[in-house]
Amino acid sequence: MNLLTQPVGPAHYLVVGAILFVCGIVAMATKRNALGVLMGIELVLNGANLNFVAFGSLQLGADARHMLALDGQLIALFVIVLAAAEAAVALAIALGYYNLHATIDVDRGDELKG
Amino acid sequence: MELAESLPLLLALAWLLPLVSFVLIVLFGPRMGKGGVAAGYLATGAVLVSFVLSIVALAGWLAEHPVATPTTHAADAAALHVAGPAAAVSGDWYTLAAFGSLQITIGYYIDALTLAMFLMVTLVAACIHVYSFGYMHEELEDVTDPLVSLGDGRPLRRRGRFHRFYQYMSLFCFSMLGLVLAGNLVMVFVFWELVGICSYLLIGFYIERKSATDAGNKAFIVNRVGDFGMLIGLMAVGAGLGTFSFGDSTDVRGRVLQRGIFSQVRPAENNHALTVPDGMVRRAAGGQIEEIFRTTPDRRTAEAAVAAQLPEWRQQNYGYWLLIIAGLGIFCGCVGKSAQFPLHVWLPDAMEGPTPVSALIHAATMVAAGVYLIGRFYPVFTPEVLLVIAYVGCITLFLAATIAITATDIKRVLAYSTVSQLGYMTLALGVGGWIAGLFHLLMHAFFKALLFMCSGSVIHACGTNEMPQMGGLLKKMPWTAYTMLTGCLAISGAGIPLVIGLSGYHSKDSILAQLFSFWNHHPVHGRLLFSAAALGAAITAFYMFRLWYLTFVGRPRDEHVYEHAHESPRVMVLPLVVLAVLAVVSGWRVPLTGLSVPSLLEQARPLGTALGMPAGVVLSAVAMPAEHLSHAREVHVPVSLLAFGAGLVGFLLATAYYGLRILDAERASRLLAPVYWLLRNKWWFDEIYHCVFVRPVLWIAGCVANVDKKGIDWLADGSARLIRALSKWENWIDRRFDRLIDLAADGTYDVGLGLRRLQTGSLRQYVMLIAVGTVALFVLISLY
Repeated sequence: MNLLTQPVGPAHYLVVGAILFVCGIVAMATKRNALGVLMGIELVLNGANLNFVAFGSLQLGADARHMLALDGQLIALFVIVLAAAEAAVALAIALGYYNLHATIDVDRGDELKG
Repeated sequence: MELAESLPLLLALAWLLPLVSFVLIVLFGPRMGKGGVAAGYLATGAVLVSFVLSIVALAGWLAEHPVATPTTHAADAAALHVAGPAAAVSGDWYTLAAFGSLQITIGYYIDALTLAMFLMVTLVAACIHVYSFGYMHEELEDVTDPLVSLGDGRPLRRRGRFHRFYQYMSLFCFSMLGLVLAGNLVMVFVFWELVGICSYLLIGFYIERKSATDAGNKAFIVNRVGDFGMLIGLMAVGAGLGTFSFGDSTDVRGRVLQRGIFSQVRPAENNHALTVPDGMVRRAAGGQIEEIFRTTPDRRTAEAAVAAQLPEWRQQNYGYWLLIIAGLGIFCGCVGKSAQFPLHVWLPDAMEGPTPVSALIHAATMVAAGVYLIGRFYPVFTPEVLLVIAYVGCITLFLAATIAITATDIKRVLAYSTVSQLGYMTLALGVGGWIAGLFHLLMHAFFKALLFMCSGSVIHACGTNEMPQMGGLLKKMPWTAYTMLTGCLAISGAGIPLVIGLSGYHSKDSILAQLFSFWNHHPVHGRLLFSAAALGAAITAFYMFRLWYLTFVGRPRDEHVYEHAHESPRVMVLPLVVLAVLAVVSGWRVPLTGLSVPSLLEQARPLGTALGMPAGVVLSAVAMPAEHLSHAREVHVPVSLLAFGAGLVGFLLATAYYGLRILDAERASRLLAPVYWLLRNKWWFDEIYHCVFVRPVLWIAGCVANVDKKGIDWLADGSARLIRALSKWENWIDRRFDRLIDLAADGTYDVGLGLRRLQTGSLRQYVMLIAVGTVALFVLISLY
């Protein structure tokens, strides 16, 4: 089965979501800049969001008998709001971190080392 | 206000004022002025107000019950006796507890005797309070007690206890007044014990002196012996009569709710003759009553049958022994408190207290309580009990008088003379001389307080109690000497025979007259009792004047003491003068009226005793003659002359031996060496009691202590040792278990140390680990 020849269906969404997710994870794991890490987090969240949207879409074959067909979208909206709030808190942490270390290099903050 | 309302109020106030003073001194004593001097003012003020209130109460009483006009004619005197007493005012203030019909109350029983006692107690106590300002003034500052040496040989220095002295004195007055006012036997008993504890506290006032604490203990313990008997008497009364109240208890309209002791024992329907009360008959006939109830089905019929049987049982003297037990029991208490033979040993030792205390104990409070109770409980005594009382009194008076002859401690002479005079009172009461005994009690209070305070004044001046170191003090302290002479004359019964005399003359005459009249009825008992009493009168005069001569007359025997001596301050002399005047006049009749102490007491005479005491059941020959018979000329004249003669002989002998020194006392004592030795050692009562009672008790206590040490302590020690061994063993096991736990702890620690490395603090590594871990989990899940 070749995805490239198929009409766009849930699988495509899932693939894109997975790519986004992996990109996010890689960004979080490799970036030393705290803002980069935050971006990675946003990528992870949005990758996940894409899955919710895909599974919740009636066009993509969701079964309207079992749901209101809005669940995925609602949760996606919820995640966006959550992401915004999280970003605000995380940026505040980044600012505080900068005040403490005069840098936002996450490798320099190992005070929690065991 | 009605007399029945005002009298209890006045006397209750007079009674409670010393209590208020006591409480205030307890709370604020040490802060009352310099050295607590205000405590003295407070206590003295309280007792003085009590005295005034007593006078007011007596005046109110006399306004209501005027005394009969006196008459010298014997027949009229008899009529006076029979005229009957004024009704007592009795009632209850508060009910403490009720057990069925038996009620424990705080009540009062007020008659002329109560009033006379109130007056005497408050007056004597007031004099002693004033006197103590002078005598106890050293206690206002720090005191050096030369009789107590500390470990390094220096005398003890302590803080003054002026306020504490007055605190106890106030409590003492309160207790004694409560005892006199009490309306039932339980209340009497409570105040009886309070008087005892006060005397204990005051005798042991100098607590640092071993002799003082020993004397306090002795007084207290010896009194316990008597009180044991008294408790038995109380039980007999409670069980037999179902009430402890002296008077009837009535409701508002005057109906009798519960008959009191007196009206049960001497019921009006039996003409106030001694009757075994129903309750005691029922107790004695318990078996028969049970039988009747068993055989008769109906309760009411059975009750009626029992009631019908009662007179017959009473005829057979059922329950009479219970009445005897009640009387003897109560008398036992009096023996202890009034220091009668065989419990007289505590009184002479009570001299260890400060002299004003001795005066109070010997005159107004402690020992007077016993005689007062005999007088109060008089209607319940059967003739058998009265005879016992008479003999106890007779033995006491003779023994104590003889011991007083050889004593050299000035206070001890007075102490034995007190015991002897108490014997007179008891003897008089025992042979039916109700008025005579109580009259002597009141008169004795005045002159004995006087004598004690004089001796205190002498001791204060000389700093010693020993008469052989005194002598010739007449010039140095004339006031003390002459007031004391008045006291000596009063106690010896001096007077112009058949005309007038000092207080002791009148009271002792009436006692001897009653004895003589008893002799006329009972030759055997009477001769013995009368001759002992008459001999006692001579001995009394002898030892009193011996005391006076040794102290005040002759050459000074100790120059140092003589130089040191001085007249006491005015505050001490004033009460002496007051009491000396009383010792002279208190036996007299108030001019132009019939009022005198005997005529006042006559109003309180127990119902049914005016005509004497008919013979009892056990000793059917013994009957007490009526007291008015002793006023008859053929009794009165010879007795009066004889008493005077006896006193004169004693006085002359004392003058010959110690005043003029015509005869040599030393030679006499050598001549009568065994007798002297016997008296000098106080008939060995202390030694005998020591061997018979104290030593065995100590021995038993030693045995018990040994059992405790060797037996019970061994058990306790053994169990302790066992527990120790057990815990040692347990400890060993515990250590083994500890290994395991330590091992687990070590393991946990090591694992923690290892895991610690994972915690790098690097954010990126964490993310990597999460990702890798998740993938690994998925791989694992998909594999299995």
